[in-house]
Amino acid sequence: MNDHPSQRGRTWLDALTDKAAPVDGYPASVRVVDAPLAGHSARYIAVVPDPDSAFVRARAGEVGLEQGWAIAQAVREVCAADRDSEDKRPIVAVIDVPSQAYGRSEEAFGIHQALAAAVEAYAQARAAGHPVIGLIVGKAMSGAFLAHGYQANRLIALDDDGVEVHAMGKQAAARVTQRTVEGVETLAKTITPMAYDIRSFDSLGLLYRLFRVENAQAPAPVDIESARTALADALADIADTRDLGSRLNPGRQASVEVRKRLRAQW
Amino acid sequence: MNTAALIERESFVERSARARVSGLLDEGSMRELLDPFERLRSPWLGLQDIVTQADDGVVIARGTIDGTDVVCAAIEPAFQGGSMGEVGGAKIAGALELALEDARAGKPVVPVLLLETGGVRLQEANCGLAAIAEIHAAIVALRAHVPVVGVITGPVGCFGGMSIAAGLCSELIVTREARLGLNGPQVIEQEAGVDEFDSRDRPMIWSLTGGAQRHATGLTETLCNDDAQAIAVQITRAVAEPARALARTQEIDASLKRLRSIDPARRAEAGWVREAFKTEEFGTTGSSS
Repeated sequence: MNDHPSQRGRTWLDALTDKAAPVDGYPASVRVVDAPLAGHSARYIAVVPDPDSAFVRARAGEVGLEQGWAIAQAVREVCAADRDSEDKRPIVAVIDVPSQAYGRSEEAFGIHQALAAAVEAYAQARAAGHPVIGLIVGKAMSGAFLAHGYQANRLIALDDDGVEVHAMGKQAAARVTQRTVEGVETLAKTITPMAYDIRSFDSLGLLYRLFRVENAQAPAPVDIESARTALADALADIADTRDLGSRLNPGRQASVEVRKRLRAQW
Repeated sequence: MNTAALIERESFVERSARARVSGLLDEGSMRELLDPFERLRSPWLGLQDIVTQADDGVVIARGTIDGTDVVCAAIEPAFQGGSMGEVGGAKIAGALELALEDARAGKPVVPVLLLETGGVRLQEANCGLAAIAEIHAAIVALRAHVPVVGVITGPVGCFGGMSIAAGLCSELIVTREARLGLNGPQVIEQEAGVDEFDSRDRPMIWSLTGGAQRHATGLTETLCNDDAQAIAVQITRAVAEPARALARTQEIDASLKRLRSIDPARRAEAGWVREAFKTEEFGTTGSSS
């Protein structure tokens, strides 16, 4: 149990939306705010800690059952409202998710299906022409990241030591791969995809932009401006594209090679 | 079932990925893509002194099932726990992306995913996770054109990001031996403690995440015996179905209502969970509403 859950998601969401009031009808752990982005109205979504949640395994910002379904609701609401409009509102996932929720009730009540609902909502929003941007301000871990952000047209991230992307926490990764935590850390230094730090992730070609900030925990006005610029640039870069094709580049050589040969044999 | 029939019955669970696929496709129609002679190995395992496999544990094959054009993607349970590395992940994602191109061009190819996987291969962590996001994207896009059929039979089950992929399939076919869950038992025990989840308590694990329970709660559409012929019959039926919206992911209001109606502090038991899923209409439980 995390006694001091990260507040980065909440902090950056508030900063980017000038502390606009959240939309009603969501659990306390899923903050949904409608606010401008580069002259467009946009929807911002963040999963934040809720120390009072009845689901004890999802109190520290984890993506659990409620969060998965509520994200799906927040995204689908925008899609439904803009269905007949030419102008599809951008959606910004503000990402600081330490993990999915690990618990007995979570598995029993189908957390995988809750997360699938969130994934599908983001993917269908993107396919419908909503520009979707994932802004990583803290941790982007595993299933939680898949459900909240990884379906975005573009991913951008703060260049900060507290920003991490990975498939599993170090303790559990060590157990599953039958290594020590030190062993996992040593390998992470030389095997790029095993690293936790955001620069290694960037070198896989999965980010549209990595940008420096002075204070990732308590962003200064210049930091907020940098984030706004990155979001606006990502929005312009998305233009009419609707797939994840921009992630495929020499950063992941084998991923490109497999597709090339597969196409030749198809 | 009589003894003679039982003796005749062939297990699907015990088959390798390649044998599973060849048994499903119409005689003479199987064409494997990126077969082991391509030598597309993991670029990351060797660096960690782990033996690679020439197909990275994923079999991709085109062919027909009762005349329907399909592409099968089968994960080999015996290699690295069916884990998704960069190459294996790209084989599945790439095959689905090509099927999507064909579907958009009016040449439907129906994907059949044989999912036996612990999820991301942790030795290739972020490459596996990225590939799984691409698999999710392709499944959702494909479902606008064709059914995407998922099959989980065991022995591994389907976990991690690939359980989300399963949750996105048009139809899920499972056996009693199958398990479907986001987090594997060891990981839950590690993160939440043995009191929360005892990874050695196999009856409990199957009672909550096994194929029969997932079917009873509407999280899978079809429950089948571990009988290669019976499973083939179900897959043959499923690939011929029309594309349609998926009820499992659309039932947002009902799902949130269910979560508000349960006491999360109560220790989850199979019977109670089944009751909770029955209390209001849930699209895939078989009710006609």
